[in-house]
Amino acid sequence: MDVKQTNLQKSFPGQVHETPGGGIVLSKLDDVINWARSNSLWPLTFATSCCGIEMMSVAAAKYDFSRFGFEVARASPRQADVIIIAGTIVNKMGPVLKRLYDQMGDPKYVIAMGACAISGGPFFYNTYSVVKGADHVIPVDVYVAGCPPRPEALLHALISLQEKIKMGLTREQIKSGI
Amino acid sequence: MGNEDLKILITELLPAATYDESGEWLNIVVEPASWPAFAAQLRNHESLQFDYLFCLTCIDWKTNLSMVYHLSSTRYRHNIVVKSTLSADQPQINTVYDIWKTAELLEREVYEMFGVNFLNHPDLRLLILPDGWEGKNPMRKNYEDPINMIKL
Amino acid sequence: MFEEIGTTSNGDLQINVGPQHPATHGVLHLVLTLNGETIKKVEPHLGYIHRSIEKMCESLTYRQFIYVTSRMDYLSAHMNNHACALCVEKGMQIEVPERAQVIRVIMDELTRIASHELWWGAMAMDIGAFTPFFHSFREREKINEIMEETCGARLTMNYYVPGGLMADLHPDFQKKVKEFIIQFKQRIDEYDQLVTGNIIFQNRMKGVGILSKEDAVSYGCTGPTARGSGLSSDIRKLYPYAVYGKVEFEEILETGCDSFARYMVRIREMKQSIRIIEQLIDQIPEGDFQAKTKAVLKLPKGEFYTRVETARGELGVYIVSEGATTPYRIKFRSPGFSNLSALDSMARGSKLGDLVAMMGTLDLVIPDIDR
Repeated sequence: MDVKQTNLQKSFPGQVHETPGGGIVLSKLDDVINWARSNSLWPLTFATSCCGIEMMSVAAAKYDFSRFGFEVARASPRQADVIIIAGTIVNKMGPVLKRLYDQMGDPKYVIAMGACAISGGPFFYNTYSVVKGADHVIPVDVYVAGCPPRPEALLHALISLQEKIKMGLTREQIKSGI
Repeated sequence: MGNEDLKILITELLPAATYDESGEWLNIVVEPASWPAFAAQLRNHESLQFDYLFCLTCIDWKTNLSMVYHLSSTRYRHNIVVKSTLSADQPQINTVYDIWKTAELLEREVYEMFGVNFLNHPDLRLLILPDGWEGKNPMRKNYEDPINMIKL
Repeated sequence: MFEEIGTTSNGDLQINVGPQHPATHGVLHLVLTLNGETIKKVEPHLGYIHRSIEKMCESLTYRQFIYVTSRMDYLSAHMNNHACALCVEKGMQIEVPERAQVIRVIMDELTRIASHELWWGAMAMDIGAFTPFFHSFREREKINEIMEETCGARLTMNYYVPGGLMADLHPDFQKKVKEFIIQFKQRIDEYDQLVTGNIIFQNRMKGVGILSKEDAVSYGCTGPTARGSGLSSDIRKLYPYAVYGKVEFEEILETGCDSFARYMVRIREMKQSIRIIEQLIDQIPEGDFQAKTKAVLKLPKGEFYTRVETARGELGVYIVSEGATTPYRIKFRSPGFSNLSALDSMARGSKLGDLVAMMGTLDLVIPDIDR
């Protein structure tokens, strides 16, 4: 599903009416809240293996993600909005991931980066310790394919997540009825 | 020292050892009971001085297990391989933690993957596998896991 | 799952560091026993990224298993593949053409520079200096672009096959590498001034994390960790492979035994890598890039061990073969495993804030330890 095809407000949502002495903006409160939330998502630093290096490259100067609002990568889950699962999840790490997700404050979003987080990746067959997909543990909003995905692919995923939030279609928003 | 000289010197120290010279390094096969004394001699002897243990592993041959130790000397730069055969149902051998300290974590890994009991080890418990995997020994050839392991 | 972490019987505090922590560079869980701020014991809990690679390789053929190993120590991916390819070539007695060997050494040294650059940026960020991170990623991006044109990927480039290389070089390769060398030589002196000469940095690193030479030998330490304590252990000099016997470079040894010595070893190693690349880049011989091998490889019955110097130390690949198309047992001797076992003896008696500096200079990559 391509989120761009439906109605999307790229700039501040609302209609501006010019009246003498200023102007009035009419909008829905939900739209304004979604716009504000999507433009300042702070990721949690959660990198288990090789995809973590591509995530660090996206944070560095060439493919900068702080121009999209992901300014600071917080280390504590209490202060983060989005968790980017970069790397393989194994049986021993599953409860840790669930605990981190539970500690994050609402509203929270999840991106599964790389083939290992989507479905187990190259470690699908004949391994006794790999969880075959991070969505066996926590609900995921955006999947990014690649092993490891290029930094541009991760940027596309982050922008898709922003558009999904503005549309009101992430799992969090569907579940809570917004 | 070359392989021939090492063989002569080691035969003096441990006459019961057998040899296998098919690879590039001298392979010595010892009994598990004589391993701790022999290991101390390998470490301390004047012209051997094997003070660097660089690989410690185990191979499952289905009827028995075989422990493999790769040793090298930082002074003379020669390498040897020491092997020891253990029984498949109750494998146990003495630890070499007091001689080479790197063996502490390496032996814990062999314990959880193959089930080998190391006598006199200071702290033998699971290292890499999660809790509840004691006794499962996944690297053995008779490890059964019908969900994950596919036999082609 | 989580043990009782609290106070021990004599009032010492036990706390967790990790598994999710920005300074551990991966998923390493340390349980520290503290008395105030002084560390009394460090206990590593591993296994949070254990992907059972050794068991998986028993069902993959000799051409397939090489590509899984580049995900083990992903910062020196080429060198991991080099070790596996050398082991298979040793078993089947394949002769690798000269052109392939020279290109393999150039790619290995570029990877070593990229890995040390990332180590430098990440370690400076842990100590508190945020700027070197961006400088180091600028250099890494240049190297990744060069690799991407030839090998096709930026991080896990599966470029080596048993017998040589998968494809020939891109026509722009030599020109771009020469430009990179000229820029890098200027910039590495800049980086030295930016970080090494800083008085705060030096006070945080000097005298921290002492690892004596006897301990380094007994714990099996390799790579820059051992060379910072004066132990000569460079596999490229002791047991040369590919064309390392024919190029001139020095093995860097420091006798300080502390974190600053290990830091200086890596900075000087980057300069030696540039020296090796300069000697080879104009003299790549013409010829085949791949030796003719059979389509299905079967190693003869026996055991084979090869060792290679990665950015972290000695990586050993030990293959036991029974004559089939898949190996009977593979063991990867990882450098990080032995270096980590020395952390306990280095950290006892120092303060909590110094632990981060020590872990930074050990340069651990956790998937390499857990395999």
